[in-house]
Amino acid sequence: MAKQKKIELDGAQALIKTLDSLGVEYVFGYSGGAALPIFDALETVETNMKFVLTRHEQGACHMADGYARATGKPAVVLVTSGPGAGNTITGIMTAQMDSVPMIIVTGQQVTWMLGKDAFQEADIFGITIPVVKHNYLVRETNDLPRIAKEAYHIATTGRPGPVLIDVPKNISQSPFTADFDDELAAELDLPGYKPEKAMDVDEVSIEEAARLINLAKKPLILAGHGAMISGAESELMEIANRMECPVTMTLLGKGVFPESHPLSLGMLGMHGTAYANKAICECDLIFNIGSRFDDRIIGQADKFGAQAKIIHVDIDIAEMGKMIVPDVQVVGDAKAVLQKLLPLVEKADHADWLEHLNGYKKKFPLGYKKQGGLRMQQVLDEIHDLTDGNAIISTDVGQHQMWAAQFYTNDASFKWLSSGGAGTMGFGFPAAIGAQFACPDETVISVSGDGGFQMTLCELATAVIHKLPIKILVLNNHYLGMVRQWQELFFENRESGVDLEGNPDFVKLAEAYGAKGINIKRPADVRKKLQEALDYNDGPVVINAECIKTDNVFPMIPAGAALEDMLIEPPKYKMEKPIGST
Amino acid sequence: MSRAITTTDKKPMPRPDVIGGHTLSMFVNNQPGVLMRICQIFARRAYNIDSLVVSQGRDPRFSRLTLGISGDPAGLSQIILQCDKLIDVIHCYEHTPDDSVTREMALVKVGVDGGEKRTEVLQIVEHFGGKTVDMSEGSMIVRVEGASEKVDAAIRLLTNYDIIETVRTGKVVMARGEQAT
Repeated sequence: MAKQKKIELDGAQALIKTLDSLGVEYVFGYSGGAALPIFDALETVETNMKFVLTRHEQGACHMADGYARATGKPAVVLVTSGPGAGNTITGIMTAQMDSVPMIIVTGQQVTWMLGKDAFQEADIFGITIPVVKHNYLVRETNDLPRIAKEAYHIATTGRPGPVLIDVPKNISQSPFTADFDDELAAELDLPGYKPEKAMDVDEVSIEEAARLINLAKKPLILAGHGAMISGAESELMEIANRMECPVTMTLLGKGVFPESHPLSLGMLGMHGTAYANKAICECDLIFNIGSRFDDRIIGQADKFGAQAKIIHVDIDIAEMGKMIVPDVQVVGDAKAVLQKLLPLVEKADHADWLEHLNGYKKKFPLGYKKQGGLRMQQVLDEIHDLTDGNAIISTDVGQHQMWAAQFYTNDASFKWLSSGGAGTMGFGFPAAIGAQFACPDETVISVSGDGGFQMTLCELATAVIHKLPIKILVLNNHYLGMVRQWQELFFENRESGVDLEGNPDFVKLAEAYGAKGINIKRPADVRKKLQEALDYNDGPVVINAECIKTDNVFPMIPAGAALEDMLIEPPKYKMEKPIGST
Repeated sequence: MSRAITTTDKKPMPRPDVIGGHTLSMFVNNQPGVLMRICQIFARRAYNIDSLVVSQGRDPRFSRLTLGISGDPAGLSQIILQCDKLIDVIHCYEHTPDDSVTREMALVKVGVDGGEKRTEVLQIVEHFGGKTVDMSEGSMIVRVEGASEKVDAAIRLLTNYDIIETVRTGKVVMARGEQAT
């Protein structure tokens, strides 16, 4: 029988077909010369993928990031060469720091012009090496399906991360001459990458961890993003109940254990709850499941958990001993580790320890003053109430982020999207767009300050075109509030580079884009106005909340200070400048 | 208070511990950019690479790297893990003199104006099992090879003569016995 006629494809079409076959649902991007063949392939190849034109390449990355954080699946970012590729750096770094899967495809100058400063040529392969999990510069058209498959595999397995594929224009528009189906079916050959090892956990380390767990009198579970990525929620619940052990979560781990559960201590760290940080100081075992001991949670490393044995479960062996040297290190996928560990963990009674911590919960609750003007905490508290804590929250970085973390408690994974490691302003709103595409039936709330929102607000156009009913909460204090707080506490209140005078009228701005705008000025109006925003579902709504200008976030551990030196309320004395970390 | 800064116009002696320190071997994909990924990890942690040898493996898809690194061993073990994490790195090991052999070669160009000096240099080179590889009217090039300490010692003795320049290959390492390099 005659062999079926080979389908004629060019490289770009082979790339798009491969990404489609891998199950990619969304492509966020911005076109340009070097990416022309790939954009054309989006039109000429029949796929299930949906393309979203953004207004800036950084926005495209954050959208793919938000999509991935809300679903656990990667989206594709497609941009052109030079400045287009350059504009993705912040977005890629944000994803890398927080272990978010992403595939970035960049157009590139033709191969024979590389290194000759050709128009819109940038060595994006070299530029992005420090901020990607892996990257490629494609040199053969027939390599495209293999590279796309490898990129997807690398981005989504092990500790996830962004993978960039740089595709010169002559590579994408040359004919694809290999057999596409064969290339698609070919086994991956990555001798330096063995993520499957994470499922095969070392028995000795499991036994040693179980021994420490069963000996502990005052244990504490520290759950991080890794527990969420591995889908270890039910195992975590089971082991916490069996150990009768309080659970604290990192910023990115919020929701992996229900924050409303009696065993939950909420978030720990620089602006975490007083009781979580006190638990770290007083516990005799820190059982870290999938957190990388970020400097924002450990403070002064040699005083962190000084009285505790430490078990560190992480899929990435390079995290072992990086910040804190554990007593037992267990390298592996959090879910696989907990499954192996559960049969060895004895039922324990830690009522005294829990009672003790409940005392701290009563003594140092999170709260805010109801007088003196509109506070960000009140807006967040009320929107939590109105949405029953079930909305997807996407934040920037700064005061609003920490208050959102404190007052918008989460009971489920994948509902808290926040730039943790990178601390990227301008992340929240585009990430909310990605999350709303991923979860069209959920309430998605973007929480930003007036500073961060202005960094990526051009994506209002993207949200309006697609009629995304995102609630864009702008907690407006006309300041870069967190920096101002530090200047107040550590720099004798000398304000430098923090006053955002010249802010636009955000309601008029929203209306100019065709979005709805709502102002909140009085504390008494908050509930009514938020309800109005939540009831509006014909498109995005910008809620500009004019908040007190000079409020500060507490509790606070000055950077690099020990957790025991936490400030629960504003200090009455002059503070030393922090030197341990930024 | 001002700090006294001492200067010297003498050429610094080669420090035997510079090439010493730690010896890493890596087995990596033989592709453009791999070395960049590795070097960035060291540079970011402010570790200096004292010597570096890269060559194609027996299977041309892979390359062998030997790196000589001096620096804090605590930080280095983390760097090894980070290198190992790179997709293009198949494996990365640290080797000690107990479990491995290291060799390097140096070419030394020595200025010799008279027959007496030339004879002395030749004697030193012969003692170290080296060879003369080039001889011209005013200078000669000698080759010394062996463990880094031996090469250090030969160069130290030749420093008593007029060394014009030296080139060292950097060390290559191979694990002893059953262990893989």
